[in-house]
Amino acid sequence: MGIVNHLPTRRELLAGAGALFAWSQMPRIARAEGRDPRLLVIVLRGALDGLGAVAPVGDPDWISLRGDRALLLDGKPRALPLDAFFALNPAMPNLHRLYKSGKAAIVHAAATPYRERSHFDGQDVLESGFTRPGATASGWLNRALLAMEGDGRVDPRGSRALGIGSVTPLVVRGSAPVMTWVPQKLLPASEDTQRRLLDLYQHTDPKLATVLQARIKLASLSAGPGTGEAMSDDPTLAPPGIARVRAYFAEAAGTAARYLAKQDGPRVGAMGFVGWDTHIAEGAASGQLYNLLGALDGAFAAIESNIGEAWKEAVVAVVTEFGRTARINGTQGTDHGTGTVAFLIGGGLAGGRVIADWPGLKPAQLLDDRDLRPTTDLRAVLKGLLRDHLRVEENVLADAVFPGSADVKPMAGLLA
Amino acid sequence: MSNSARADAVLALHRFGMGPRPGSMAALGSDPRGALIAELDRPLGLTAAASLPASAKAYRTVADANARRTARAKQAQQQAKKQQIASAAAPDQAEARPEGQAQGYAQEKDAAEMAAKQAADAIPDPGRPIYLQEAKLRTEAALSADLGFAERLVWFWSNHFCISANKIQSMSGAYEREAVRANVLGRFVDLLLAVEGHPAMLFYLDNLESMGANSTAGINRNRGLNENIAREIMELHTLGVRTGYTQDDVISFANVMTGWTLVPPGADPQHGGEFTFNPRLHEPGGQTVLGKRYEQEDVEQGRAVLRDLAAHPATATHVATRLARHFVADEPPPALVERMAKSFRETDGDLKQVAVAMVSSDEAWRAPPAKLKRPSEWVVGMVRATGITQVDPVLYTGGQQLLGEPLWRPSAPKGYPDDEASWIDGVGRRLDVANNFAERVSGMADPQAIIEDVFASEIAGEVKQAVGRAESRQQALALLFMSADFQRR
Repeated sequence: MGIVNHLPTRRELLAGAGALFAWSQMPRIARAEGRDPRLLVIVLRGALDGLGAVAPVGDPDWISLRGDRALLLDGKPRALPLDAFFALNPAMPNLHRLYKSGKAAIVHAAATPYRERSHFDGQDVLESGFTRPGATASGWLNRALLAMEGDGRVDPRGSRALGIGSVTPLVVRGSAPVMTWVPQKLLPASEDTQRRLLDLYQHTDPKLATVLQARIKLASLSAGPGTGEAMSDDPTLAPPGIARVRAYFAEAAGTAARYLAKQDGPRVGAMGFVGWDTHIAEGAASGQLYNLLGALDGAFAAIESNIGEAWKEAVVAVVTEFGRTARINGTQGTDHGTGTVAFLIGGGLAGGRVIADWPGLKPAQLLDDRDLRPTTDLRAVLKGLLRDHLRVEENVLADAVFPGSADVKPMAGLLA
Repeated sequence: MSNSARADAVLALHRFGMGPRPGSMAALGSDPRGALIAELDRPLGLTAAASLPASAKAYRTVADANARRTARAKQAQQQAKKQQIASAAAPDQAEARPEGQAQGYAQEKDAAEMAAKQAADAIPDPGRPIYLQEAKLRTEAALSADLGFAERLVWFWSNHFCISANKIQSMSGAYEREAVRANVLGRFVDLLLAVEGHPAMLFYLDNLESMGANSTAGINRNRGLNENIAREIMELHTLGVRTGYTQDDVISFANVMTGWTLVPPGADPQHGGEFTFNPRLHEPGGQTVLGKRYEQEDVEQGRAVLRDLAAHPATATHVATRLARHFVADEPPPALVERMAKSFRETDGDLKQVAVAMVSSDEAWRAPPAKLKRPSEWVVGMVRATGITQVDPVLYTGGQQLLGEPLWRPSAPKGYPDDEASWIDGVGRRLDVANNFAERVSGMADPQAIIEDVFASEIAGEVKQAVGRAESRQQALALLFMSADFQRR
């Protein structure tokens, strides 16, 4: 149900969102070189457990850290080997294939400069590009767009700026104009949201708890976890389930890719996926997180197949506000942490490797004896992409795009 | 403001108003009861809105469009048949029809019908845009009201005297403005006379079809009575079910109401769709209703019965019960009902005084905030909390439909129910709506600000905690909107 008056169509009623494109003319320098690069940023809101996604199976402390929740090469299901040290969550065969063919890279033990543990503030820092929360006027991707226009003027066709999603993610908000496209599928309330609401009802309103519990049970009957079976065609009637999440991720990302592929289409975009705050029953090997990573993996496949020829000039950066605790908490989940992973995929990458200055998992090696210690500044990765892929100048990156990041050198060699 | 004053203020907004919105706590001041009562003294907008057609005009517009559709369809059908005759005469066409003549005819018939349908569809139904514009202005009145007590009374009485846009879409909004809104703060008898004499109600409850068996038209057409309106007026609108009226009373009253109809739109381009009393349909002679003889020979007969029904003590109790059930509790405190019924009786059905009696009663405030909001109330409360005052009516009415309470489209003359059992199973669906609305507004609505500024922190501690721990603003807003603090009042 949508309500805001500037969103005019019926289908937007059914829209969830979290995706958006910024349209800009092709970066001038890149164009002069005969290139036509694309960049898509996907924000995973809620804080992805990097250790649940990419497990350091070669670390001697790994098993003792996560116990029977540790992903293992001989686990059930088996983690997918990346190199001698890391293995990928088994829910992500597409990412694994891309990695093996050199079209995906993984950065581990990375973090933004934010060291507190509030989602809202963490997302603001991640998306604004500032070192501290509170700056929410514009995002780093938007400022990078402005910079690419050379003299600071935006594309004269700026009114044709295009986006996906009914709310513009902060990362691409700003002076460079944007337009939105809203996925037709209804974004279901995540399992996590339902669980939190159920918990809230159980403490405040038993009757509402009973009703919600019945609905959750219905959803689990009609689509078991991990199954991808088609649900009812009417997205408003289908009970929420992972199938709807998968469909939503695939549609949003796939549509993004289709626009990026167009000859005169946008070249830069951003979208957000929610649901990663896995405090209870994280389920890296078979539950919540496994399902979400599977949906994300499906989104990767949709991007690859829909972007067509442009794949070879495309980079998709998948980032999250912070990581989660290294250890499992008392409710088989993980709490807010620090270091985590970023995924990079695309035909333009020099991939096939996990980029990590591994901090180790011994208690003293953990940050505050709880979090994976961050050893790579996420801004270095993003600056490397912006410099080498979109050709944004380094001084602009240090001042305007990521203010106060002069000490954080752009990571070299990410692009093929 | 003290804690309990703040709690009273929030309760006032949920229970009697449209829900807290930015500035509404300040508008309540330190005397919530007084502020609610004061709102009833201000004029209610929208009874006539420049951008909205009067009911008769809306009705004529749709009737005219329907007539044009019929004409176009007929034309197109004739055209298609002519072409088929011409092509059947051509020998090469006939040979190209190996499956035989029978199927050929069937195809021709289909093609002609298709052509007719396409021609008709080329003329859009003007009823829907009228409905949507009415829905928009009505909703925005609720969103921008400081407190919304008067708007809630409009919603209550509109549902009490419901019609259905499924049957009479063109007039559904105008009916509410002209008959309901204009009278909700006046006397019950005037409200009753306005709604029962409104063309939309007469259309909805089949009174256009009803004629006295001994009336001129009844004899000539060999037609007779339809009891629908008489029964619903007594059962639902006034006395209440099982209050002593008999089947004979229903029949007599139905006879009384014969002739209450509207001017046929085709017959009169100026007044088509307006109320008229047609003596040719009216059952001649006097009638006895509830033991009283009514000898009038015209529209005054019906008005006299309606006046007596309005003044009947059972009506006072019925109305007081329904009001208290809607505003306060599924099982309202008997003392509250009696206080309101007494006010009704003593003030000759002054509805403003009945409303004042309700909010002046301690019982109306002491009942725990346990009543589940109907979807329409919940949605408007959610939107108000964000400060949004303008809506796209397509989205908004679509949302209400999704939640099982499409605007002005109840499935029966009883209107939408007011008890928890009818609505609680739909709470799961509310989560879809809340989740998507939260996503939509997460760029402009701050959950902490809503809790602190709009609700003056009068939100359960568990909810504040859940909001504070949410993984995103969207999730925080969805949890807040779904909390019992938003769902119950």
